[in-house]
Amino acid sequence: MRRPFSFSTETQLGGAMRPIKTAVSISAMAAGLAMASAAWADDAAPTVPYVDSGRLLLTQGVSNIEGAAGGGLATWAVISGYGTKDAVGGNVHATYVNLPSYTLQDYGAAVGLFDRVELSYAREEFDTGSTGAKLGIGKNFTFDQDVLGAKVKVLGDAVYNQDSLIPQIAVGMQYKHNEQDAIVHAVGAKEADGVDYYIAATKVFLNESLVVDTTLRFTKANQTGLLGFGSARDDNYHPEFEGSVGYLVTRQIVVGAEVRTKPNNLGFAKEDDWYDVFAAYAINKHLSATIAYADLGSIATFNNQRGVYVSLQAGF
Amino acid sequence: MSASRSLRFAAALLCGAALFAAGSVCAQEATSAPTPMGTSPSANPAGADAIPGDGVYKAFHEQAGIDRIIDDFVGRITTDPRISERFKGANLVRLRFELKAQVCYLTGGPCTYTGKDMKTAHAGMDLKNLDFNALAEDLQLAMDKERVSFPAQNRLLAKLAPMQRAVVTK
Ligand code: HEM
Repeated sequence: MRRPFSFSTETQLGGAMRPIKTAVSISAMAAGLAMASAAWADDAAPTVPYVDSGRLLLTQGVSNIEGAAGGGLATWAVISGYGTKDAVGGNVHATYVNLPSYTLQDYGAAVGLFDRVELSYAREEFDTGSTGAKLGIGKNFTFDQDVLGAKVKVLGDAVYNQDSLIPQIAVGMQYKHNEQDAIVHAVGAKEADGVDYYIAATKVFLNESLVVDTTLRFTKANQTGLLGFGSARDDNYHPEFEGSVGYLVTRQIVVGAEVRTKPNNLGFAKEDDWYDVFAAYAINKHLSATIAYADLGSIATFNNQRGVYVSLQAGF
Repeated sequence: MSASRSLRFAAALLCGAALFAAGSVCAQEATSAPTPMGTSPSANPAGADAIPGDGVYKAFHEQAGIDRIIDDFVGRITTDPRISERFKGANLVRLRFELKAQVCYLTGGPCTYTGKDMKTAHAGMDLKNLDFNALAEDLQLAMDKERVSFPAQNRLLAKLAPMQRAVVTK
């Protein structure tokens, strides 16, 4: 019997198309921006008011999975973009993480205002692929989350104050909205929305060619919110740690490692801390690429989620 | 992760980073040439005390290398569209001379800096962070051209970076 074009076939196709669509849009974005940046040399006199791209290469870190300036996993105290205190800056990014049982696509934008305030948005699409069927939520079931972030630098400067140990310190919050309300409740989360609060300290140690970040995040999030927030057994804020250490190899290249601890609220599956090793390459102040190998541990009962993380970022 | 464990983790890393940096600061303090009595680094007209040892000076290829770097650097800053205006009418002969002495001194070479202190030299120029960073980038290009290793470049930049507080007034 010939079955009509079924819903499941359609979602299957939709699922298969998703990474391809992302790949296409990432490369289109990269190509466009590479062209734009080639025509826009780093030492051009500022012609657009309030745009100077005046901070030093790599001192803004890279866009992390939540859309904030940071490492790949950690959020740093630096402000997105290369604008100095007299200018604005910003970035768009697209990130793809390929895990054995899942994929994560992530894109977003951030603006930095006067090297003081950062406003960011990221869209996370956590695709369960064929694992979705095994979890009983359907093949290619995707957890979608929006993250709105605000960060304020409160003191210090990560780069200038090399004669003191005081780092650049920022405080911030991230409002997260998970769209899969019914499923996140079904897996035991208390809420589909949550707010994280953090304080981050970042410093470049030029004598050692190092950049170091330590961040304390207060969160209820399960798997950063992709599986909702809190649970019946634990709905408290947890202080969690994020840290990055990067070695500046050249003006354009930084290599390093990160750790991000997470709560473990859900009953049905344990949650692990996250780790990665990364290399970021800033082609210029307008285009950079990050490649990492991330160990995201156990996610929704599927263990050893280790894979490659690729991210492209464009901005000024 | 439990609250206390993660807090301890955070504290340990922060201290580790601080100690690491403090260690190198202490190491430098111990070996640096004694400064005249009552002279804090900011009161040093060169803007900072010299880097101890002669490793960095050697990495800059000594006086001849520093001369090449500064000659190239002054060419860059006077043509960099972001900051060239700032040097209109400046005495470039004196600027080159003072910069060579300052970089020689800071990198640990056998020189004395006799020019103005950084606050006085840049008073009334209304310099911004963009000016400061553009100049730093031009210096990086000049050091690249001389093939100074990146870690050695950063040792000098670590001495120059805090001068932002004296140089940038706007
Ligand atoms: C760490 C950063 C800097 C250092 C180490 C530095 C060093 C010096 C030195 C040693 C002098 C000569 C002082 C004297 O004549 O006794 C000088 C003068 C001067 N600097 Fe800077 N400078 C820095 C940043 C800047 C910046 C950012 C600008 C502008 C973009 C600038 C523009 C000038 C000008 C116009 C003069 C005066 C030249 C003249 O008329 O004689 N400097 N600087």
